[in-house]
Amino acid sequence: MPQTLNKALEPFLIIVGSLTVSMVLFGIFVASAGADPFEVYQTMYRAAFGTSFSWQNTLVRAAPLMLTALCTALPGYLGLIIIGGEGAVVMGGLFAAIVALTMPTAPPIVVLTTMALAGMIAGGVWLMIGGALRHYRAVNETISSLLLNYIAIALLNHLVTSTFRDPESLNHPSTHHIGEANMIGVIPGTDLHWGLVFGIVACVIAWFLMHHTVFGFASQIAGGNVRAAQVAGLPVGRLILIICCAAGAAGGLAGMLEVAAIHGRANDTLNANYGYAGILVAFVARNNPLAIIPVAVLLGGIRASSGLLQRTHELPDATVLVMQGIIFLVILFSETLYGRFSRLQKQGAS
Amino acid sequence: MEVGWWGVLIAVLGGAIRIGTPFLFVSLGECLTEKSGRINLGLEGTLVMGAMTGYAVSLHSGSPWLGVLCAGLAGMVLGALHSWICSFQRVNDIAVGIAMMLFGTGLAFFLGKPYIQPSAPRLPSIDLGAWSDIPQLQAALQINALFLVGIVVAVVLGWMLKNTAWGLKVRVVGESADAARALGLPVDRIRILSTAQGGFLAGIGGSYLSLYYPFNWSEGLSSGQGLMAVALVIFARWQPIGCLWVSLLWGGAAALGPSLQSVGVTGGYYIFNAIPYIMTLAMMIITCSPKRTLVGVPRELTVTR
Amino acid sequence: MSESRKLTRRQVLQGTAAAGALGMLGNVEWIGQAWGASDKVKMGFIFVGPRDDYGYNQAHFEGKAAVAKLDWVKAFDEEKVPETIEVQKTMESMVKLDGAQVLFPTSFGYFDPHIIKVAPLFPNIQFLHCGGLYQEGKHPKNVGSYFGFIDESQYIAGIVAGGMSKSGKLGFVAAKPIPQVLRNINNYTLGARSIRPNCTTNVIFTGDWSLPVREAEATNSLVDQGIDVITCHVDSPKVVITTAEKRGIYCTGYHCNQSKLAPKGYLTGAEWNWAKVYMDYADMIRKGQTVPHLVRGGLKEGIVKVSDYNQVVTDAVRKQADAAKDKFMGGGMVVYKGPIKDNAGRVVIAAGKEHVQTDIWLESMDWLVEGVIGSTKS
Repeated sequence: MPQTLNKALEPFLIIVGSLTVSMVLFGIFVASAGADPFEVYQTMYRAAFGTSFSWQNTLVRAAPLMLTALCTALPGYLGLIIIGGEGAVVMGGLFAAIVALTMPTAPPIVVLTTMALAGMIAGGVWLMIGGALRHYRAVNETISSLLLNYIAIALLNHLVTSTFRDPESLNHPSTHHIGEANMIGVIPGTDLHWGLVFGIVACVIAWFLMHHTVFGFASQIAGGNVRAAQVAGLPVGRLILIICCAAGAAGGLAGMLEVAAIHGRANDTLNANYGYAGILVAFVARNNPLAIIPVAVLLGGIRASSGLLQRTHELPDATVLVMQGIIFLVILFSETLYGRFSRLQKQGAS
Repeated sequence: MEVGWWGVLIAVLGGAIRIGTPFLFVSLGECLTEKSGRINLGLEGTLVMGAMTGYAVSLHSGSPWLGVLCAGLAGMVLGALHSWICSFQRVNDIAVGIAMMLFGTGLAFFLGKPYIQPSAPRLPSIDLGAWSDIPQLQAALQINALFLVGIVVAVVLGWMLKNTAWGLKVRVVGESADAARALGLPVDRIRILSTAQGGFLAGIGGSYLSLYYPFNWSEGLSSGQGLMAVALVIFARWQPIGCLWVSLLWGGAAALGPSLQSVGVTGGYYIFNAIPYIMTLAMMIITCSPKRTLVGVPRELTVTR
Repeated sequence: MSESRKLTRRQVLQGTAAAGALGMLGNVEWIGQAWGASDKVKMGFIFVGPRDDYGYNQAHFEGKAAVAKLDWVKAFDEEKVPETIEVQKTMESMVKLDGAQVLFPTSFGYFDPHIIKVAPLFPNIQFLHCGGLYQEGKHPKNVGSYFGFIDESQYIAGIVAGGMSKSGKLGFVAAKPIPQVLRNINNYTLGARSIRPNCTTNVIFTGDWSLPVREAEATNSLVDQGIDVITCHVDSPKVVITTAEKRGIYCTGYHCNQSKLAPKGYLTGAEWNWAKVYMDYADMIRKGQTVPHLVRGGLKEGIVKVSDYNQVVTDAVRKQADAAKDKFMGGGMVVYKGPIKDNAGRVVIAAGKEHVQTDIWLESMDWLVEGVIGSTKS
């Protein structure tokens, strides 16, 4: 009994401990820059979680990160490190907008479903390229997915300024608008668009898939030891393709939501670095889809607090970058503590 | 003097050196780090931090070369921090790299605010094109001593890795940590040193950006040069001299887009500007194969497992 | 769809029902303090890039800094706000948490869909957008636009450039081929050709607003092609200006005064004067006047200006530039007066036809005037 308790307590203590340590470190940093750390934390809390508006501000920023984090977390089960979320978002958004424009008379529900599918397929195919190159050509997936980000952004910019440009989008080259009727609304009673729900649902589905199905079990085996998986007759190549595709689909969905819930068009704002932020979320959540949800909310909160920090303490925007850096360094460092902790306790008990 | 289409060639030549130099330093830094079996994805942060430090020190001291040195030292600190954190068990070096990228750029932006406005002293240039009477060629061959330093570092680093006891130690640690431990080598210390030295080089690469070309400190200064180091090293097959060729190639490819426009090839510039990325991906697809491991790859590297 | 939500917001802002509605926002006391604790005019500024970029954002920040000095104004700002849902949240936050009465989201991309979406939620707050996009009847009543005809300054700079160029070839490093940028390129060229009809302008589009290495590379390529005066339209002209100085050619600036960066070659430049605009707005709001929906102006209205000429600018060139400036100041200048051909030889403005500065037709410019070497296609 105490042992299982220890097991549950360990990650909790480590996370709380590392958050405390990083807050102390960041406090020292802020203090040395001449601001009062206690006031800064108070402001950050108010801006991120203090009021219901703050919560909405935080959650709206967290929503895309949940989806882009899956771009890195899912392939992580196979031992792959994919950092191509940005490309998946961009391709998803672009293709979602393009298909919506081909169906001007269809009812919104049909348009939105098609858009979601198109976005997911586009994002999925984009990350699948990285997975396929890895499996069939042994091209390192981290680097290829990074390069694919730049290529996707170039494609987006090229297409929205040429073939698919709405001539009316004068000073901000974009595709045509998908139509107000086709826009996704907000969750009743809030200011949040449905992206948050999609994000949470996607994380839960991903968690169920990876932890409670044969498919997930097979992936974990393949991730642990490719040779053992091959001996056991597991189709490693197919697993890689399917998982990369699912991961990219999550990113593509995030891109589709940017178009369908916010911009109504595809343009260069799709490249908003959600993909890169998602990588950190995935690493800090240790690739666990359920843990992604709170981590994304934490990061969303930090980002939401940037504005008020600037306005009330005249700190530069980079302050929150430093804070994110410190928190994530400490949390990644704390990875080494797992296991040591309970061993110490056991020794103490015996 | 009319140069017309020759201008494209001159721009690519000049661009190879001008744009290539920072790539050379970051890729040499990354190469050394990877030889010891670590990957540092945080060189983007190191580069930006180096750019800021170099500019600030040059401004305060009036000596751009002191700025370059301090940029290197700042990079060294960040590199050492990266590898110190990674030396603990089960800490993922790629993840730490991304966090370091955030931390380094954040710190540089935070501390660099007061340096966006003032103009710091610039690094001097050397005229290698005095023999020519074509002004465009003279300009293209106006280079900075750091480029020459980079060539020397590439050659020396290549030689040292191959022929010295130090180089052998680094390579053994990069090939197999277990074997290194069996030989009594201090694996962590060697890795920390290699990563710190790599950070030093990347910091210098950053100072080249802020103190020579494009000569500016701003928050938009780097457009992913540090991030690309990882790709360049694979391209260069973990050979320091290969880093030199690859960096020149990248610089030239990056100069192609604007120079084509200057002679009237106006279409598709987004695609032209993405050429370096497409080229690298194509190279990787062509040269990699599942049937054999790449020559020169350090086996301890997480990216190659 | 969102009628009920709008209603509660309106009540919140009209104050009588505020106490009850604010309850749902949580921390009542704190918001209460921010709202109407004093009778200062509260102005919120939002920038897409860093405040001090030697360019677009800095020009606005200097305007903000000027109004912030007034003791009856409280001005606050936020930098590096991307053109995503984040700017919507920043606007809401400035209204709800700081009690802003008027917001100045200064980036072009903030307007559609962001301002259009947030403005109806806060009918008592003014949303004044930099860009001139407001259309009567189409956009919410509490939205307005302001913009300066900086192309007028570019016309003057073009005259100086054309007059000082030895080769008759000018260079222009531009971010994207969008109307605002094309208008600057065309005015620059028309200005130069007004005194030197065979002048050409060679354009390179970098593809984005802030790409220092590519901007430097574009400058070098243009110099290699023989241009000897250069200007730009990117977020921060610093790199173009310093690179030009190093190559020993002339340049003209943009957004702010960059003469310090190139003491030898900085001939003149097109500058914003946002302080004037923001002071006027603050004054109107303090006096309770209705804020006009569209504020636009050029040299005459003092919204844009021309940097002082470098001492190398010859008297003859000064005279020609000043003559054109006087004509702008007098309101009698029409730049787009036919016949004007584009650089493919097509007549875009017929002889006898003219488009005055405020003509909406000019806002959709998608062509480059004769004498420009370059293309609007990406």
